[in-house]
Parts: sequence; structure tokens; C-alpha cells
Amino acid sequence: MAKQHYTLTVNGEQRDVLCEPRELLIHTLREQLDITGPHVGCETSHCGACTVEINGKSVKSCTVFTAQANGADVTTIEGLGSPDGLHVLQEKFREHHGLQCGYCTPGMITRAHRLLQENPNPTEEEVRFGIAGNLCRCTGYQNIVKSILAAAAEMNAAKEAAE
Amino acid sequence: MIPARFEYHRPSDVSAALAILTEHGDDARVLAGGHSLIPMMKLRMAAIEHLIDLQDIAELKGISVDGGTITIGAMTTQHELIDNADLAKAAPILREAALQIADPQVRYVGTVGGNVANGDPGNDMPGLMQCLGATFHLVGPGGTRDVAARDYYEAAYMTDREDDEILVSVSFPVPEGGYAYEKQKRKIGDYATAACAVQVTMAGGSCTAASIAMTNLSDTPIWSKDAGAVLVGTDCGPGAIGAAVDAAVAAIDPTEDNRGPVEFKKHVAGVVIRRAIERAISRA
Repeated sequence: MAKQHYTLTVNGEQRDVLCEPRELLIHTLREQLDITGPHVGCETSHCGACTVEINGKSVKSCTVFTAQANGADVTTIEGLGSPDGLHVLQEKFREHHGLQCGYCTPGMITRAHRLLQENPNPTEEEVRFGIAGNLCRCTGYQNIVKSILAAAAEMNAAKEAAE
Repeated sequence: MIPARFEYHRPSDVSAALAILTEHGDDARVLAGGHSLIPMMKLRMAAIEHLIDLQDIAELKGISVDGGTITIGAMTTQHELIDNADLAKAAPILREAALQIADPQVRYVGTVGGNVANGDPGNDMPGLMQCLGATFHLVGPGGTRDVAARDYYEAAYMTDREDDEILVSVSFPVPEGGYAYEKQKRKIGDYATAACAVQVTMAGGSCTAASIAMTNLSDTPIWSKDAGAVLVGTDCGPGAIGAAVDAAVAAIDPTEDNRGPVEFKKHVAGVVIRRAIERAISRA
């Protein structure tokens, strides 16, 4: 099938792309839109490094065709924070050494963000279960879990202060 | 890993999807969540010329608990199963099983229909549906057709579904009594080394009904009529449970793969089946 026009909302901005239906979303994001936060890790839907949000769900973008995401709302790590304004999760990953090589981190944080949207006050066990689809080969997860719990506490405190 | 070229279709109702299937025959496949099919396409183990994405078909979605019957649309995701309070109350075994499928990201997109229709012996829903005595509802050019879950699976990836049929929903009676879905897997995201679904009802200290089905221990799911029958009429004491485990293990035919040799799988099956039966009884 020839290249097709697809329209996605990526990090709040409407983006038009031209690609074959067989193109995977991770490649469209990285190669066409220059959104290189989501990483290609295993490319077999195991490692979670390519995790993005599609319509409010955490999804491995190596296992979704861009055609399937036509019309969808996509959020990547770039949509959560910026170098000048880190997201609380990014701050806490830095503070608690939640990363070493950093390759899995965008997927981890994107997934953790959705987890905390659905369960703002998770137990340690719920965090571990909630990030079970993201692999890290450096940290042993201990500091990742700490970072997410610390982010949850800070987000909850900020919410309480605002109320 | 780039799949071979295909034409992408996204119909908005079942009749449009059927028309595309009819036109292209076995060159066409329907796409549900895609987390079985897309990896196969990337490996070029599945060559599909016409991919029919079912995501826009509203009539394939939703969960209803109506009277004594539960109906689940084929495009309902595992995440939606886990998240549905009515379903968790009416048939908690579905939530228990769905939480053990793959990982969170896969459960957001993986569907009940894809899981049961594909015929992959590693999938968890087929054994569960056999345990529950479910019926699969198919639609094709000639109209609708119902097939019992216990009659649907023929061999690995071979099912009673014709190439021009779509599975639209599954339904089953609201289960009674105690339940358990027990699964042994090597790691998150792997298929079961062995898994077992059990529903048991007890009355006055005696078992009145039992249904036992197993996952990934043969080239199809296995519902063991004998294993259930062994428990009925007993007090479900250690002797009866042991006999039921023996009957269930006698019904399986595992093959050696990277999860272990046949002897190991039979051993693990025995452990998993026993745990499932004991937990179901403890909840009955």
C-alpha cells in the first residue's frame, strides 16, 4: 500500500505524517517527528523502552502501527517535562538515582506517569506490579521504585496544598 | 523488524469488516489489540495482505452482566476486564486471570477476542473460557453462529472459526462457588509454563460441581471432564484433590520447549493444578 496521510496529536500538537501502513509508531515518532525520547530497546514488546501514552493508555509503540494511531492523542516523555521544567517524576528519578545508563528511563517515567494518574497513592508492591512491563538492566529497580513513590508523595502533597 | 507491506482497512461496523474479509479471503486478517499478530508480522511469520483493524467497531466492545449471563465484546481489553467492578463481583476469576496476562502495557490493548480467537495454546483466556463453559459468538457471510469454547480449539492456531468469520463476543453463565486461576511463568511477559482455571461449588460440606481447565499444557487448552467429576460428591479432602490432580495431569500432552522438558512440565502442572483446586475450594 502506498504511503498514506495520518494525523496524530503528539504532546498536544497536531502532526501530519506520511507513511506506509506498515510503519510502526516508534519509527514515525523518532524518524519523522524527531521525538527521540521513546527508545527502541528490544523491539519485541518486552522491554517497554518505547512506552508512550495513546489516548490515556500506556502502550509499547514498537507494537502499534502508526495507522492504528491515526486520530489518536499521543503523549511521550517530551510532553511531560522539559530541560527547564522537569516533571516531578523526572526530578525524583534524578534525586533518588532512579537511572544509571538512562536508556529505559523515558519509558519508565511515561509508564509511571500513567500509573500515578490511575493510582495516585500506590504501595511499593503496586508500583512494582505497575511497572512490570518496563525492564531496566542497571538499577535492580530499587531506586526506580523509590523515585516513583517519592514523586507520588510530592504530587499528593502539592494537591493537598492546593485544596 | 519491519513487517511486509499490507493494505490497511479500518471499517466502522461489522458488516463492512465482513465485506472486506469476503472480498479478500485468506489474504485478509482482522486486527484486534495486535499484540499477538503484530509481533508475528514483524517476524514475517504471518504474511497478511489486507489488515482489517476492528478498533472503530463499537458493537464489538463492552461488558454486560444481565440476569444470569455475562457477555463480553471481543474488542474488550484485558485492562477493561480488570477495571470492571460488576464483572469483578459476578465472575472474579476473570480479573484474577487477566492480571496474570503479560504486563500493564499489553493489557491496555490486548483483547478478549484476540486472546480466545487466535488459537495460541499459550493464551490464558481459552482455558478459562472452557472452565466457565463459555459460548463463542461468530458472524460470517451466512449469519451468526455459536460454538462452545470446549469445541472451538482443534490444534495450535487451528480453530473452528472459518477465514471469513469474525468472533464478536463470548458469553457464559455467571459462575458460582469458589474460583482460582493459577499460573506459573518464568517471568513477566512470558506465557505459562503451566496454568489452571478452577470453579468449584460446595453444599453442606460436599462438592456439587467442579470444572477444571488447563493452559499451555497441550496444543489446545484442555478441559478435563474427569478431573471435575472426581471431585463431585466428595468432601474435597486430600484424597479427592489428589485424584483430581491425577486425572487432570492424565489429560494433558505437553511438549518440550524452552520452558522445560515434558517431565518437568507434568510436574509443574501437577503443582499448579493442585494449588488452583485448593484455592478454589478455600473460596467455595
